[in-house]
Formats: sequence, structure tokens, C-alpha cells
Amino acid sequence: MSDMTTVTNGVNVQALLDARDVLKGAPEAAQFTWKAQSKWQNGVHSETRIQNFFGLGAEQSHKTEAVFDADHPEIFAAEDNGITPIEYLLVGLASCLTAGVASVAQNRGIQLRSVEATVEGNHDIRGILGVDSDVRNGFNDVKVTFTIDADASKQEIEALVAQSQKRSAVFDALTNPTSVTVEVA
Amino acid sequence: MVLERGEVANSWRTERWGSLRLLTPNWQSRLPGHRYDGPDPDGYMAMGEVVEFIETFAKVTGAPVLTDANVTSLRPRDDGYQVTSSRGDVHCRAVIIASGACNRPVVPALADAVPPSIEQLTPFEYRNPDQLAEGGVLVVGASATGVQLAAELQRSGRPVTLSVGEHVRLPRTYRGRDVLWWMDASGIWDERYDEIDDLTRARRLPSPQLVGTPERGTLDLNALEAMGVEFVGRWADVRDGRALFSGGLRNMFTLADLKMGRLLGTFDEWARDHGREADVGAPEPLAPTRVPDVARLQLDLRNGEIRTIVWATGFRPNYQWLDVPVLDQKGQLRHEGGVVDMPGLYALGLPVLRRRKSTFIYGIEDDAREVVDHLAGYLAGDRRA
Repeated sequence: MSDMTTVTNGVNVQALLDARDVLKGAPEAAQFTWKAQSKWQNGVHSETRIQNFFGLGAEQSHKTEAVFDADHPEIFAAEDNGITPIEYLLVGLASCLTAGVASVAQNRGIQLRSVEATVEGNHDIRGILGVDSDVRNGFNDVKVTFTIDADASKQEIEALVAQSQKRSAVFDALTNPTSVTVEVA
Repeated sequence: MVLERGEVANSWRTERWGSLRLLTPNWQSRLPGHRYDGPDPDGYMAMGEVVEFIETFAKVTGAPVLTDANVTSLRPRDDGYQVTSSRGDVHCRAVIIASGACNRPVVPALADAVPPSIEQLTPFEYRNPDQLAEGGVLVVGASATGVQLAAELQRSGRPVTLSVGEHVRLPRTYRGRDVLWWMDASGIWDERYDEIDDLTRARRLPSPQLVGTPERGTLDLNALEAMGVEFVGRWADVRDGRALFSGGLRNMFTLADLKMGRLLGTFDEWARDHGREADVGAPEPLAPTRVPDVARLQLDLRNGEIRTIVWATGFRPNYQWLDVPVLDQKGQLRHEGGVVDMPGLYALGLPVLRRRKSTFIYGIEDDAREVVDHLAGYLAGDRRA
């Protein structure tokens, strides 16, 4: 392993550590609200836009608006204008764990050369189709396989991946129950 | 003077379950001027022996102990403190808070949502398996208390489900030596609080999965699995009478295995670098924690499968009697190596107070010497100390 300052994974760990120190004394500033706006298109196709969020006590904004189409594939008798909603969970999980690996590696002075992940969510669709009420609607299980090339031992790489799960928002949101309220305005 | 709320060694007499033995081997049971000198240095003291050990220490040292003196208030007065106890008031210039970190079992808020048909116990109430109804037991927490109670209850014929969050896995012996011999000999236990990277984390570290038994056996999750204990993830919520557990169990195993591997690697390195290879056995790689094929994510708490829940979810100190503003947001004492954030006020016996060994019986000596030095300096008027 080399020194933290000479490693360049592109993560500004110092800024994150500074933020951690500041927020220790200001828990109210740490309260964020992430927001998405969706609009039905046609059939099972919808479009979701994301730009604004709340955090550090103020309204914040991404540099640009991001637009996501969700639909279902043709074997679901849909038009396939985008990935299925449950696949967005895979996007979230893969990107969150990968961000975690990069951050932890930077913090531990580990130079990464490549980080690739394969995410597989096993899903019994009899649940959503109402074929069998004993089958759940969501994933039965999810498997993530990382392939990482870095200046580190196998154990150090395994520790990166374990620590990234430990601090992952999406891993937590998927593995632990979350209270969800859905209302009609 | 020493104020003791009950008898000498009160918590060892009244707040421990029947089968509990110290986690530290007998040879590590030592206090200034008093040490174990029995026939079994590698054994572990039962509670009766611990009580006797501490009683003897009180006698040998002639410590001025006032028993049955339950402190109900400590507040600043003049240039010192007013201590109110069930045996009267004391006015003093300095106070050492040595009431410990384990005065109350922690029970998470979700306990309130558990159906009333299930009996709930904390380790302070638990004495032996006969107290519990026949039938399934959900033990929550897989640190020293949780794994010990899970093993004892499973052996009693009650099927145990163990809810596992972050934990510290350790073998009882490694390369033929007690794992706590390694902690001591390799210097890890002497690591000072001001040399530790993440002190907050070190102070919150759960107790290791250890048990003191005559067999000197390991009580990690593989040992429990071999006994038939079922594992579920961290208990996250109760909904409609069902307990919901985290799906992140596998990573809990991985984190603990990796952490243990690093620690054992440190031991190997130390033995090699310090020419101690001859004193220890050959390196022993430990098998990873076996991941169950299926870990249940839910348990119905109303169908009778679980009759009792045992909360082994940790302990916290009780500072209700402390009328001095020295607690942080989380209710922990603000102190720098036992020097509390208020002149004349000190602490001893808290996790990593000054060293990693601070909460072990033999760990108190070095801490006490330094804290008392500071206190003596304070009383002598040297406030720079």
C-alpha cells in the first residue's frame, strides 16, 4: 500500500472526512431529502426526472437534470422504452457499492486500477403476477460479484468490499425494512 | 473513601447469570498487591471466585469501603463536590467515578412492538435456562453475552435463533495460547487511547465472542451452528407481529472474519519479529464463518415458535445521579483518558479509558496509577497536570 496522498482514485476523501467532523456537531445539516418526479407516458412506460434535493439546510441542485425511462421488455408485452423499475435497484446498488469501494480505497491508500461489478437479482415474477400469494413481489436474493484490480492483497480487497457494504445507503435500504408512505395528493 | 452501593463486588454478586466465568484466564486476574495463586492459572474464575477475589483485595489493601452507600446525587459544591448517598452526604474535593459502563442492559425500542405472549429478558434478569418457558428462544446480539446465552439455552433443549449484527470473532486459543495471552504479550492491550486512530469506534467495540470454560473451547458462530443454533440478521423492525431481520448477515460474517484474520496476522508477525516462535504452536488458519444456505428474513412472533426473547444487545452506564454537566449527546462521560471535563472529577474502568485493556481486571492498575497521579497533582494545586 502507498500513502493516502499519492493514491489517486479521484475521491476527495479529505472533504468527506472534514464533512464528517462538521456534521458531528450539526446533525440537522445532515438531514437530506432526495427527490424524484415521475410522469406516466403510456402503457407501463414512465419517465422520471431528478434534479433537486434538499441538504445542508438548503435546497440543492444537480448540475443538470437527469431523465430516466422505465418500461418493461417486450416479453412482458410492453414497448421496452427503458429498463424495468426493479433493474433501477440494481443500478443503485452497483453504483453505491462501487462508490464505496473507491472511497474506502482512497482512505486506506489503495490505488485502484479497475473495479467492475456484476449484479444479479433473482426474481420470481409469479409474485407480481399474482400466480402464487406465497411468492414475494421483490427479489428473492441479490448477488454482487466484484472484480477488482488494485495495489492490494486479496484480504485488503475483500475488506474494501466489506467496508463498502457496511457504509452503503443502497445496501442498507435493500437489506433492511424501510417505512414507505404512499399517498394521493 | 470508597462508596459501594451494595456489598463489595456487588455487580458480580447480583447482576450476573449462574454459569458466567471471567473471559480472562486466572493468571491475568491481578490487582496491585493481589493476584490469583491457585492451581489453575489457565482456567477462568466462576462468579463466586471473582467475588472472593475482590473481597480479598478489599481486605488486603484495607480499602476504606463504605458499603450499602448508594449514591443518589453528585453535584459541584464550593471547590469540590457534594455526594449524597443512602448512608449520608460526603463533601470532597475530588471524585473518581468508577461505576462502570454496564449498569443497564440496552433494549432497543422495537421491544415495545413484541407481542405480549412472548416473555422478554435482559442479561440482568437471566440466571439459568430453567427460568424460561420450554420452546424457542430468540437471542438478540452475538457478542460475549449473546453467544454464551445462546449456547446454554440451546443445550437446555430450547431451539435458539440468534440475531447477529456486527460482532468480534475470536478463537479461545490460538497457536496453543489463550487469545488474551496474545493480546497482552503482543502489546495490543497496552495500546494507549491517544494512539488509536478511531477512539470512538474502539470504545464502542462489542465484547468478543469468548467464553471461559474448563475445556477452553471456542464459542464462535461456527461452534454455535454445530450445536444447531439458527442465525438471522440484525433485527431491524417489527411489522404486524413479525420480526424483520437484515439481509446483510453475510457481510457481518465477512467483516468479523477479515478483522479476526488481521488480528491473528498481527500475532503471527509479532511472534516472528520478537523471536517468540518457540513459545507458541504452529500458525493455525481458521475456517471462515459458514454461511447458512438460507437465513430467514422474518419470524412470526405470534405463532408460538418463539416463547422468549433474550436481549443481549449491550449495556450502558447509568449517570442519572450525576448532577454535573459532563455527558455528551449520547449520554457518555466526556473525559480525556479518565480526566473528566470538570476539575477534580475523574473516571476509571470505562472502555479504552487509557488503554485497550482498561475494562479488564488487570487493566485497571496502569490506568489507576496515571489517573490518581493527575488527581494528586490537582489536590496539590498543580492544575496544569
